[in-house]
Amino acid sequence: MDATPAPAVDRFRAALESLEVAVTQTTPGEFERTLRAVASEPAVGTRLPFPDVSLPEWVDDDPTPASLEAATTGVTAGSLGIADYGTVVLPARDDGSEQVSLFPDLHVAVLRRGDLVADMPTAVERLGPQLRSGASAILATGPSATADMGALVKGAHGPKDVHVIVLEDETTADGHDGEEVTADE
Amino acid sequence: MSDARETKADHIRHLLETEGPAVEANTLGFNQGRYDSVADLEDYETLKSEARSIKEDAIERLPELLEAVRETVEANGGTVYLADDAADANRYIRNVASEQAAERVVKSKSMTSEELEVNDALEADGVDVVETDLGEWVLQVADEAPSHIVAPAIHKSREEIARLFNSEFDPDEPLETAEELTMFAREQLGELIREADIGMTGANFITADSGTLMLVTSEGNARKTAVVPDTHVAVAGVEKIVPTVEDLAPFIELIGRSGTGQDITSYISLLTPPVESPVVDFDDPDTAFADREDDRDFHLVLIDNGRLAMREDDQLRETLYCIRCSACANTCGNFQSVGGHAFGGETYSGGIATGWEAGVHGYDSAAEFNDLCTGCSRCVEACPVEIDIPWINTVVRDRLNRADANGQFEFLYDELVPDEESGGLDLQKRLFGNYETLAKLGSVSAPVSNWVAGLEPVRSLMERTVGIDSRRPLPEFERETLRTWFDNRGARVPAADADREAVLYPDTYTNYIDVARGKAAVRVLEALGVHVRIPDVPGSGRAPLSQGMIQTADNKASRVYAALAEHVDAGRDIVVIEPSDLAMFQSEYEKLLPERSFERLSKASYDVFEYVYGLLENDADPTALRRDGPALAYHSHCQQRTLGLEQYTTAVLRDLGYDVTESDVECCGMAGSFGYKEQYYELSMDVGSRLAEQFSTDETRDRLVVASGTSCTDQLEDLLRRDALHPIEVIDPRSRVG
Repeated sequence: MDATPAPAVDRFRAALESLEVAVTQTTPGEFERTLRAVASEPAVGTRLPFPDVSLPEWVDDDPTPASLEAATTGVTAGSLGIADYGTVVLPARDDGSEQVSLFPDLHVAVLRRGDLVADMPTAVERLGPQLRSGASAILATGPSATADMGALVKGAHGPKDVHVIVLEDETTADGHDGEEVTADE
Repeated sequence: MSDARETKADHIRHLLETEGPAVEANTLGFNQGRYDSVADLEDYETLKSEARSIKEDAIERLPELLEAVRETVEANGGTVYLADDAADANRYIRNVASEQAAERVVKSKSMTSEELEVNDALEADGVDVVETDLGEWVLQVADEAPSHIVAPAIHKSREEIARLFNSEFDPDEPLETAEELTMFAREQLGELIREADIGMTGANFITADSGTLMLVTSEGNARKTAVVPDTHVAVAGVEKIVPTVEDLAPFIELIGRSGTGQDITSYISLLTPPVESPVVDFDDPDTAFADREDDRDFHLVLIDNGRLAMREDDQLRETLYCIRCSACANTCGNFQSVGGHAFGGETYSGGIATGWEAGVHGYDSAAEFNDLCTGCSRCVEACPVEIDIPWINTVVRDRLNRADANGQFEFLYDELVPDEESGGLDLQKRLFGNYETLAKLGSVSAPVSNWVAGLEPVRSLMERTVGIDSRRPLPEFERETLRTWFDNRGARVPAADADREAVLYPDTYTNYIDVARGKAAVRVLEALGVHVRIPDVPGSGRAPLSQGMIQTADNKASRVYAALAEHVDAGRDIVVIEPSDLAMFQSEYEKLLPERSFERLSKASYDVFEYVYGLLENDADPTALRRDGPALAYHSHCQQRTLGLEQYTTAVLRDLGYDVTESDVECCGMAGSFGYKEQYYELSMDVGSRLAEQFSTDETRDRLVVASGTSCTDQLEDLLRRDALHPIEVIDPRSRVG
């Protein structure tokens, strides 16, 4: 009998861990506390389109070029996560989510656990209709990096660090599917 | 040395000394990364075939897809311009810049923009053009050309970049570490991007159904380039179009793994321009992004520049499937030693670049470096879209041979060399291409031919006229050929007593020069109960093919098939010692023989150790073979590895009780005639040095060196000053080695 593949969230975490990217699993109720522990101020963000979760007031949710430049943390939502790669799909929306995920030194990507898909073909299939209706998205995997200066350096033009927050359903967090939920920081 | 050969040798020597070390470290890292990364994929071969068929289909339907892209992008609010050539594309881009009154264009890395030389065109109009990819920026500051299609400054070490930046920018504190250099560049470029009027990118793929550009990057500069200014110009060859978004999936999985050995790069941008992301206007710093009403301008400039003609060319068409991942360059032994600057070309360098240069810049540009492909075929396995890159190199070489008008020695050579080529063929190529004839003459007149060939004045003459490097020992011809020996001796296992009958293919080298390995193969096969025959079969055509003499190789293929067809029909197995000849039967003959003939010969032919392995698996009795002999250091042959056959040699040797260590370099560097050519001798030795190093460690230096290929054994002997044998000689029942 084949071994049962590891749950998507475990593979997602493992892929990001190999890139030294931290992943924190949390609940909507604990989201602000988790974000506080992860982010530094000044922080900018764009709307998180998830029920029961919103940006705390210490995150500037209506960024301008000036606040973008001043920020050390950018918080944006991911629409999908790809377990095989540790990739977060970042929609590039008219509220500036692309810039917020790109300019500050730390990018905090917020993702619902239910939006994790197993592999690349599944993710691209989901993206097809969106791109055909004019949307843009970035498949982001870990921080910006370059080896052009003779050794691997993080933060070439984009973020030096990425932290992914995975939101559990409250029901999942109660242990309905039997998986342990841990916040690692 | 002729002037041309001397100039080439000097150029190569210079690069070996200056850029070689950095290129070697980087390409070996990428190449190993590729092996490691694709090993994690369960369905690597399936993905490659999928990618291949998407590109085949897309190029087939290109005219229709071009129309579809135009409609989609225009419906999205962008503009599409199909440029006939570089001048046409540059004219259009200059107009865009002038309409926008642009003072600065920031660019992300794009080889297509290098092909256009658009920077020069814009700068002539007074536009400041800034490369934002860190590697490209280094080259812009240094005023140098890329040496690699993905990592353009691969030839520069950290120390060199630090010297460059410190002298060019004179920072308060001298820059030293990679971290300091990167942060310095980030800051400088960040400022330049802020004030940019136009962002220019390339595109790795364009989807016809959505008008989406896929950009594969790691630094984030392409993201900034596309999103900060209000005008985005994307330049891309027409071959970048695929039908749908869903077609991108296999390429996303393959491109990073194949190129730099990353499972995926940091960013795969899927931009459907004009993008919804607001413009970043630092002159209006306090207006919220959400409150902006931007009217972004997007221009997709699609470049023909010879590509549509390549699509009509049966031989060059495959080049258009290339996704420019750089796997072919990274896996190339010669590229690993000298990098793209030795491979010349106006824009593209290494591996598949021959096809690109021939198609977009013409044959003169491709000619500069076409010789550097030795046909080792390691790139074929590495290519994520399964392009037969050595074949493209061979075709271009053939076309160059035919175009060359210098036929000075024609009258003399037409007598001596019965090839099928036109008069203009280069003397050196003609000599090596007709090696079989030379070997026959050498054998008949041996040992006198060997004495004569060994005389200093003769070597010197050979070097001056045909460019055979006098530092290379020449192979010595045997007076008694393998076939003569076998005819006199006769088969020792009668057909009536044998389970199997095999034809041992008397390749040129085994028949005339290294007769010993042929005799060993006969004894091994007979020890395993096989009835052996060695009929008169001509050379496979490998030698002429390697010189680009396709017509001569084609005729050889027909004659080989004619000589072997009856044996194949009689159910006899064709056993081949020399991997480069077996690769002819199993790969190149597909292009030279009718399909059915190719399939029959290909199916009936075996690598000698593959055959021995099969016999042993089918309960042949190994007791007569030499077992538990000396510890071995084994180098398999490049083409043998591409065919996936090297494993049989190690399996048989280990089953027979041998302790075997294997090399893991791509190629020994000799590659048939390549290492004999005076203009390439030093490069050949440098490529070989990686192999020599592996066989000179504490663990390997006392082992007996064995190699499957003729030229590999020659190269190993030259490099190590140790004897090198074919492994069949080790298990020969009469073996006394070690």
